[in-house]
Amino acid sequence: MSLSSRHLLGLNGVPKEDIQLILDTATTFREVLERPIKKVPTLQGKTIVNLFYEDSTRTRISFELAQKRLSADTINFSTSTSSVKKGETFKDTVRNIEAMKVDMIVVRHKSAGVPQYLTRISKANIINAGDGLHEHPTQGLLDMYSIRERLGKLEGLKVCIVGDVAHSRVALSNIFGLKTMGAIVSVCGPLTMIPLGIESLGVKIYTNIDEAMQNNDVLNVLRIQLERNAGTRIPSLREYHKYFGITSERIEKQNKEIVILHPGPINRGVEISSEVADGPYQVILDQVTNGVAVRMAVLYLLGTMH
Amino acid sequence: MDIKAKIIDEEGLNRTLTRLAHEILEKNKGSKNLVLIGMRTRGEFIGERIKNKIKEIDKSEPNFGVLDITLYRDDFRTRLKQPEISVTNITFDVNDRDIILIDDVLYTGRTVRAALDALMDLGRPNTIQLCVLVDRGHRELPIRADFVGKNIPTSINEEVRVRIKETDGEDAVYLINVPS
Repeated sequence: MSLSSRHLLGLNGVPKEDIQLILDTATTFREVLERPIKKVPTLQGKTIVNLFYEDSTRTRISFELAQKRLSADTINFSTSTSSVKKGETFKDTVRNIEAMKVDMIVVRHKSAGVPQYLTRISKANIINAGDGLHEHPTQGLLDMYSIRERLGKLEGLKVCIVGDVAHSRVALSNIFGLKTMGAIVSVCGPLTMIPLGIESLGVKIYTNIDEAMQNNDVLNVLRIQLERNAGTRIPSLREYHKYFGITSERIEKQNKEIVILHPGPINRGVEISSEVADGPYQVILDQVTNGVAVRMAVLYLLGTMH
Repeated sequence: MDIKAKIIDEEGLNRTLTRLAHEILEKNKGSKNLVLIGMRTRGEFIGERIKNKIKEIDKSEPNFGVLDITLYRDDFRTRLKQPEISVTNITFDVNDRDIILIDDVLYTGRTVRAALDALMDLGRPNTIQLCVLVDRGHRELPIRADFVGKNIPTSINEEVRVRIKETDGEDAVYLINVPS
């Protein structure tokens, strides 16, 4: 079994078998992460560049750990400490890095479509680590892995993506991936944060959080992206919290099992209360652990492909 | 499948596994410090049966685990098909234990090399001893088995096919011709 593409640019159009293979392979790596020596020699001799044109903590560390645990050689690149500051174009930077013989490129960029563009100018395997407001496929995969780990399946589950959907690449990757796997996906938030026409992706829209909680098994709570001016779409953070914040009172009122995901970083007291963020319903830190396993699976499957 | 000979039948296999269990117990003076680890796929089932034999003979059940060595293979660059990986399932501590590593056929020795690396990543065992159902020769690495069910000298154009009830529906070992 191999993946059908040698790049991972997004989850849109990725066949069910591929997603299944990545999630199943991640189970193997989850076991590796529990060992005293959390390292296997599988990608020995492969060179991977982490090309980060946008800030990141979780994703970059997670990718780097995944690469090191597969014994690949990694190079980290961030714009603030590179010749991008001197005005080198993106294409020139990539061409130069490629000339140093790299096998894979993990890229994050503020513009949508950059990973796609990279496949045309580079021979390396390209993995999208977030491109603009477009997709963040490994986050979508690790969310699915975490849901499956907690509830045992994806097919038929009802998953609601809550909050700043308009600014979220996580939302799109979740919608594409979950729908492929047979889940029923909806979004919930103030209409200013729900992109026009999102129904065309086959998702239901809720504007009342209690109703959304009542009708779903899983909530994937997104971060209010203040750095992308999300503040201009809501009257105030306090008001947002009052009407859409996930609190223990809201959960207890439902009187049923509900799983809470959050891709991080958390704005405590805005989209989610501290109590919930540290409580029994959330799988937020499991998501982070699973993220390393899922990224190892993606790197393994792409890196050993012929 | 171009069968040349049936080397071991169901009864023969049972007798061989009984002898191997006795040999393992004899050499290790009982099963106290023993740990059995079967290599996926058929080593797992052979290991399981040896474990049950040891339990019958020694009245105590050694720890049993399953090892998947795919991540440690040395042929990722040359193989055309991507190997399928599954999960290693070893839930106990291997430090200072005597490990019996169990596989169906010993051939080039490369799988065993990978298994040794994999086991070392789990800890520092006291010893690792190799137990195989069939040794067919043609080693490419300096590796030998401590317990051998049957030595079968083969040519490169032959293959030893072990069939186990749990996965193949019968207990038997065949020598088959592979078209070169």
